[in-house]
Amino acid sequence: MSALIEFRDVGKSFGPVEVLHNIDLTIDQGEVVVLVGPSGSGKSTLLRCINGLEMVTSGELVVDGIHLPRQKRRIREVRQEVGMVFQLFHLFPHMSALDNVAFGPSKVRSMSREEAHDVAHDLLKKVGLADRSHHYPAELSGGQQQRVAIARALAINPKIMLFDEPTSALDPELREEVLNVMIAVAEQGITMVVVTHEMSFASKAGSRLLFMDAGRIAEDGDPQTLLRNPSSERLQNFLQHVGY
Amino acid sequence: MGFEFKYVVESIPALLQGAKLTWYITIIGIVGGLALGTLAGLMRLAGTPAVGGASYGHFRWLAIASQKVAIGYIELIRGTPIIVQAMFIYFALPMLIEVTTGLKGIRFDALTAAIITIIINAGAYMAEIVRGAVQSVNKGLVEAGMAMGISRFQLITSVIGPIAFKRAIPPLGNQFIISLKDTSLFIVIGVGELTRQGQEIMASNFRALEIWSAVAVCYLIMTTALALSLKFMERRIKIL
Repeated sequence: MSALIEFRDVGKSFGPVEVLHNIDLTIDQGEVVVLVGPSGSGKSTLLRCINGLEMVTSGELVVDGIHLPRQKRRIREVRQEVGMVFQLFHLFPHMSALDNVAFGPSKVRSMSREEAHDVAHDLLKKVGLADRSHHYPAELSGGQQQRVAIARALAINPKIMLFDEPTSALDPELREEVLNVMIAVAEQGITMVVVTHEMSFASKAGSRLLFMDAGRIAEDGDPQTLLRNPSSERLQNFLQHVGY
Repeated sequence: MGFEFKYVVESIPALLQGAKLTWYITIIGIVGGLALGTLAGLMRLAGTPAVGGASYGHFRWLAIASQKVAIGYIELIRGTPIIVQAMFIYFALPMLIEVTTGLKGIRFDALTAAIITIIINAGAYMAEIVRGAVQSVNKGLVEAGMAMGISRFQLITSVIGPIAFKRAIPPLGNQFIISLKDTSLFIVIGVGELTRQGQEIMASNFRALEIWSAVAVCYLIMTTALALSLKFMERRIKIL
């Protein structure tokens, strides 16, 4: 086990607003870290710092050996090892599902068109959408779009996968199909950091649960234990709110 | 003295010649204007989050400088009438060159001045169209591209560009038609385009009704051709 992501006393502020305070966190290879917390607690910001969509403003963040913000000119190297799945999918609307998934391999891994399409085909099959490969995003349901988005993120064969509330924009019956794909990804042993309100995912697939509150990590532990016996009152309140 | 069709028929050869010149100025003008406008529009956007974040490292000053240059160009052209721009390029520029460099007799012929005017004028408006279209691209799509670690150039050519282009087609079509009609103003620098031809025929036979009707129909045919080709292009691009 070696540290893949390391936050060292990291702070992040947007202008005068401090969103993250003194974050110390080490994530090892193969961990499936589930980040929960009330909205505004900083969990999305923490996630977005990992691939430099937000740059940390104090402290140091080491991702796959690259030190941020000191080596921020190498941010593209970080991003090429980190796949990201967004709440609102953000598939490229002018490309078919297949081209969306093939985009990363051909641009970032310099694969030929055929190789990239082969990779994309395999991944679409894995997320159960082989028959939708020539559909455009606008022709797919939300759940299907999010599964394509997961395939797209996996296509560059990343070391780390980030999920930013991947099921929050979906109807309850569509969540299941996305969560199942995520569980399958977790079982492959890829390192994952997941911001979600789905406690069922945390208990089923998570290896570690982080509870964030007001820009700090308030709880850090085994999901099963934390969910069964939430020690702090804040976590108890939060779990009650999300209906767990 | 009603509408006598024979005057229309008589005028056709000269009007067609004028229309050909109008079409020529317009096509070179809008192609050049699109190139200049795209460049100016992207310069205008340099350093903004719309094209992938504001961090340019050591080249930050360059991004800001190009932004300022683009703003200056756009405001200068949008803020002055095209007829004044044409007059300036045709009559005033040679004098300016003479005063500043002492070189005499350097001037554009009327047709070249007309084409340059259209390019510069359309370019300024198209720059704003390009900027608007690029800024309308969902920030999430830009982030999705950036998150893959592609270069800024790839981000612009493969993600932002195609999406923005489709959105830009309707306002660009507007500008194409405006530019075509603006060529009629080059009558003032003596370019023999359609309006000028009409004016000359009219001056010789005083048949204002027939001649200006024929001129109007010629313009309508050309603007319709532009509008239809843009509509066709828009339909061909499959997005959303």
